[in-house]
Amino acid sequence: MLEIIDLHANIEDKEILKGLTLKINKGEVHSIMGPNGSGKSTLASILAGKEDYEITKGDILFNGESIMEMAPEERAQEGIFLAFQYPIEIPGVTNSYFLREALNSIRKSKGDKPLKPVEFVKIAKEKIKDLKMDESLLNRSLNEGFSGGEKKRNEILQMSILNPCMSILDETDSGLDIDALQIVANGVNANRGDDKSFLVITHYQRLLNYIVPDFVHVLVGGKIVKSGDKSLALELESKGYSWLEN
Amino acid sequence: MREELKIDNDQATKEMLESEEYKYGFTTDVDQEIFPKGLNEDIVRKISAKKNEPKWLLDFRLNAYKRWLRMEDPDWAKLKIDKIDYNEMSYFASPKKAPDSLDDIDPEILETYDKLGIPLEEQKMLEGVAVDAVFDSVSLVTTFKDKLAELGIIFCSFSEAVKDHEALVKKYLGKVIPANDNYFAALNAAVFTDGSFVYVPKGVRCPMELSTYFRINAENTGQFERTLIIADEGSYVSYLEGCTAPKRSESQLHAACVELLAHDDATIKYSTIQNWYPGDKNGKGGIYNFVTKRGNCVGKNSRISWTQVETGSAITWKYPSCILTGDNSVGEFYSVALTNNWQQADTGTKMIHLGKNTKSTIVSKGISAGQGQNTYRGLVKVGENAKDARNYTQCDSILIGDKCGAHTFPYIEIKNPSAQLEHEATTSKVGEDQIFYCQQRGMNEEDALSLIVNGFCKEVFKELPFEFAVEAERLLSVSLEGSVG
Ligand SMILES: Nc1ncnc2c1ncn2[C@@H]1O[C@H](COP(=O)(O)OP(=O)(O)O)[C@@H](O)[C@H]1O
Ligand SMILES: [Mg+2]
Repeated sequence: MLEIIDLHANIEDKEILKGLTLKINKGEVHSIMGPNGSGKSTLASILAGKEDYEITKGDILFNGESIMEMAPEERAQEGIFLAFQYPIEIPGVTNSYFLREALNSIRKSKGDKPLKPVEFVKIAKEKIKDLKMDESLLNRSLNEGFSGGEKKRNEILQMSILNPCMSILDETDSGLDIDALQIVANGVNANRGDDKSFLVITHYQRLLNYIVPDFVHVLVGGKIVKSGDKSLALELESKGYSWLEN
Repeated sequence: MREELKIDNDQATKEMLESEEYKYGFTTDVDQEIFPKGLNEDIVRKISAKKNEPKWLLDFRLNAYKRWLRMEDPDWAKLKIDKIDYNEMSYFASPKKAPDSLDDIDPEILETYDKLGIPLEEQKMLEGVAVDAVFDSVSLVTTFKDKLAELGIIFCSFSEAVKDHEALVKKYLGKVIPANDNYFAALNAAVFTDGSFVYVPKGVRCPMELSTYFRINAENTGQFERTLIIADEGSYVSYLEGCTAPKRSESQLHAACVELLAHDDATIKYSTIQNWYPGDKNGKGGIYNFVTKRGNCVGKNSRISWTQVETGSAITWKYPSCILTGDNSVGEFYSVALTNNWQQADTGTKMIHLGKNTKSTIVSKGISAGQGQNTYRGLVKVGENAKDARNYTQCDSILIGDKCGAHTFPYIEIKNPSAQLEHEATTSKVGEDQIFYCQQRGMNEEDALSLIVNGFCKEVFKELPFEFAVEAERLLSVSLEGSVG
């Protein structure tokens, strides 16, 4: 599904990713762990198509084709979703309106008819119920005045409504209490399926108790220095990252 | 229910977004009578004669004209304007056949209004909205007039009001905006041709939106309309004006006057959606919009509320104001002004607190894109006797790109120490992060921008009558086209 090949990327002439290679097949859940500043969010942003980075080498294939030249919205329309580490506020735009615009943009790109507001609200309310969130979230201004936890949960709500095939979660668990963590994990697990893949970026092993990954990778200094199964996460929890740094 | 309706209309907005740039730029081919170019006393007399006006009104015009000759055009606004040659335009243009009823209107003109989305035939009309349609210098038709008359509400063209309700017009004309108030008000007083007149009697709540639709069609013609709205004790009226003009490479002048007067316990809500032709991408052509709008809350507990969405015109110069004469009266100004390409806007308000316990609110949202220059200019004045006056001003600007400008000039004059004023101002750029966030969710850059800017304007749009809020959102999106990338 997603193949990252020897990716090198700079920001302001500083090399952040230094030859990153990773392959995610359909239906797999991969987790990336790594110390602060190792380049996890950079990777997520580049996958989503943010333009601030200079890619000096390498390629990214999605369903076998390079997406390097694709605009962010085209990638989103193809099914790549990023749950932001720091979700953005858009004052005056309700969550519901934003999501309907987003969903209808994606539908339009596929030649589907846009959903009518009533149809959309019905879907949104179902999803909200599944996620055990408060319905009032829909009518609030997008992320404005949301608590940290609400913002993160809202990212998961967006994910379930937009129904992507490749979801990238950038530290969605940070700052969540255990109940919220469970809600987020349930959201992901409910969306898991044979044709859906996940890349879960996290600092903490505890999320992986709820979202059990097929593979765990350690990103240090812009490279994947070790890969393994879920037991690697436990090992990292007890030993930290320093034994992997060179 | 309301929420679902709201959502439905958001959808409608989206669907209407397909259009490109200025879609009202067409011209209607009608047989018309146009006065020769030039401005002199004779022209003023001819306009008055054309309308069979009483002597006092001719005198009002002549007096204004004489004052105007001695005045200088204002240069304090932050606007770059080519010198206007007042002898290079015509001051009266009217379709030749004066219609007696809808059936008499030139089908070309009816079609024009259909194209503009303002059908005039009763069966097609917007429910709950009465329309006065002004085409160049004359009012063509006023819908729902009879229905309103049953309640004693007068809603007609200014010319008709002079004929049928002369005493009322004479009593109120020029009382809020004196003929010599400023350069453009004086010009208007001399040569105004038509406009709307509204009188709502005591205790009557006007059951529908009243609206005037101004259309400039003729070439090299100025439009000078005059509107007068009087809300008698305890009455309520909501009024809306909309405006469009054809695309032309020469600039055209529009200088209107609007006077509002609210008696005890009366409320007037006045909304404007101004979409005059803004000129092309290189700044050629477009309407010069110099407008004087003022309301006087003469009665106690009265309220005047201005809401404006200014997306058109090459130049906008207007400051809808409230004189808060009556005790406990309230003035409000909600504004969205957008300048794209080479458009310039210098707009704001004046809140003049004279009565006790008067209150005013100013919410201004300026959007600058392209090379647009957007200025907010506002005055809050509290007179000696205005005990416990309060004002809240919020002035937000948003910039799109780095070639445009936003400027804020708040003026304050306080003569009573009990006044309480609050002022907030922000300037921000549309964040790349916000755009990227929307794109990541599947929207293209233009849709993202329009979503963000519409959100920015929400506080103002919610003040508009519902049907027009949707129109305003759509207009904003269209006006922003081409400002990204
Ligand atoms: N906009 C930027 N300008 C300069 N340096 C940046 C920028 N964004 C990230 N970096 C740097 O890139 C490195 C990787 O950051 P990031 O990808 O956010 O790490 P992580 O998500 O793993 O904590 C850090 O050293 C950070 O300081
Ligand atoms: Mg990060």
